[in-house]
Amino acid sequence: MSIFQDANRKQIANRRRVDWLLHILFVIATSVGVLALCALIIDVLVDGVARLQPQLFTEFPSRKADGSGMKSALVGTVYMLLIMLPLSFVLGVGAAIYLEEYAGKNRLTRLIQLNISTLAGVPSIVYGILGLTIFVRLMSLDRSLIAGAFTMTLLVLPIIIVSAQEAIRAVPKSRRDASFALGATKWQTVSRSVIPSSLAGILTGVILAMSRAIGETAPLVMIGALTYVAFLPNSLMDSFTVMPIQIYNWISKPQLEFKELAASGILVLLALLLIMNFSAIMLRNKYQKNV
Amino acid sequence: MQPLIHINKLNLFYTSFHALKDVTLTIPEKAITAFIGPSGCGKSTLLRTLNRMNDMIPGTRIEGSIAIGGTELYSNEVDVETLRKKVGMVFQQPNPFPKSIYDNIAYGPRLHGIRSKQKLDEIVETSLKSAALWDEVKDHLKRSALSISGGQQQRLCIARALAVNPDILLMDEATSALDPISTLKIEELVQELKDRYTIVMVTHNMHQAARVSNQTVFFLSGEVIEYSDTEKLFSNPTDQRTEDYISGRFG
Ligand SMILES: Nc1ncnc2c1ncn2[C@@H]1O[C@H](COP(=O)(O)OP(=O)(O)OP(=O)(O)O)[C@@H](O)[C@H]1O
Ligand SMILES: [Mg+2]
Repeated sequence: MSIFQDANRKQIANRRRVDWLLHILFVIATSVGVLALCALIIDVLVDGVARLQPQLFTEFPSRKADGSGMKSALVGTVYMLLIMLPLSFVLGVGAAIYLEEYAGKNRLTRLIQLNISTLAGVPSIVYGILGLTIFVRLMSLDRSLIAGAFTMTLLVLPIIIVSAQEAIRAVPKSRRDASFALGATKWQTVSRSVIPSSLAGILTGVILAMSRAIGETAPLVMIGALTYVAFLPNSLMDSFTVMPIQIYNWISKPQLEFKELAASGILVLLALLLIMNFSAIMLRNKYQKNV
Repeated sequence: MQPLIHINKLNLFYTSFHALKDVTLTIPEKAITAFIGPSGCGKSTLLRTLNRMNDMIPGTRIEGSIAIGGTELYSNEVDVETLRKKVGMVFQQPNPFPKSIYDNIAYGPRLHGIRSKQKLDEIVETSLKSAALWDEVKDHLKRSALSISGGQQQRLCIARALAVNPDILLMDEATSALDPISTLKIEELVQELKDRYTIVMVTHNMHQAARVSNQTVFFLSGEVIEYSDTEKLFSNPTDQRTEDYISGRFG
């Protein structure tokens, strides 16, 4: 018993109380976010579940809510992803590899680094203006699918570069040393040791950037994506629309039916986001085991 | 013992820090040479000049001569990838790739263009046998190299280095992260390997140097104080500082 005698009971009780209080606070902090999300989902579910029918995917938008679907927007979003994904992957990961593995650590690279981190935080509308100036006007791509995809690529590039850099930096130096000591060149070391070790992190970043992109509206409105498209884009130069624009279009109509359509559109978008984020987590878990 | 490596008046600077001072030394072929000395005296630095791993540290500058079999390492005729193929290295911490045991061994041969499955199988088997690991892993070559014990990982790293058919093997405190039994295994392995390879090892453990090596080099603040047959250096050192160090009076 004697070794416990000098314990200051009052002070311990105090510490426990603080511990308990903070515990409660943190629970509240967490619940705010979770509850808000739940409220949103329930609200959208109530409004949108009735219109969550096959026609949503098979019909083009029309003046009558009953015959309306979001086929063109869904296809537009998918095409957009298909163009953006390889483009931003190659450019983003390439830039990250250059900055982490090849570039010297000097003033210039630090400046580039600062710029990229800043660009990752620039409001998306600014990218819309950039896309309008460069792709739509200067390169006269007009309000085309390709102009939209290029603009979105610019938007996600900094995010992909920064997250890929982090993943590459997390590969221990000892693994590079092992490769170099066997007579590997720089590229052999990068391609056979560094990239395999960081691929999970890189892909996670890419997927999260893509899921950010499919929710973006402002830059596409800026470059002139149409809000009413009753056809599928046939070429890269065709005009197009995407899901969030379609949803915005429906919400801004006065009739209740369209509000319901918008809600079901949101449900589809949310499901897509959920699938993408889930696959990012799965990827991370799968590769974490052998890193 | 024929001398294989000749080092003459070698100076190395990390930017402005003078890390190796007028190092002059010969290292015999097919024998074990141990580098000993207190922490920070330049043992690893000298070891890394032998496979030019220092090239990757920005600001490193080298003066003087270091040659293997008459070829100057820092001359134009040497390309660093070939040099590193000929001079293998084992590090302090076992550093297998997060790949299978098989792919770890095959990594080096593949780098240098060997594609044939049959040839690779053969290399994997002989390398693992040379590193005294074959019997322990032959039934699960597809298992992750990270799933075996630390001592086994280190022998795997030795096997990986042997797989590209080097002449020289550098070991930088390769046993300091291992338990006594794994250490003993590696010491025995090194004894066997010296018939076929020239081995240069850094060690903090003087008993290890005395047990294992044929020649010992004693370093102090970037200088080689003394080098000779291991037996002679430990029983009858010529320099007072060597005697102080091996008798445990400093370091
Ligand atoms: N990359 C580096 N840049 C600058 N100085 C370095 C670098 N690497 C080592 N040094 C310095 O060079 C000296 C020799 O280092 P080295 O690693 O060769 O010592 P060592 O004898 O291997 O020591 P230890 O027994 O602790 O491994 C040390 O003073 C160290 O601080
Ligand atoms: Mg060292």
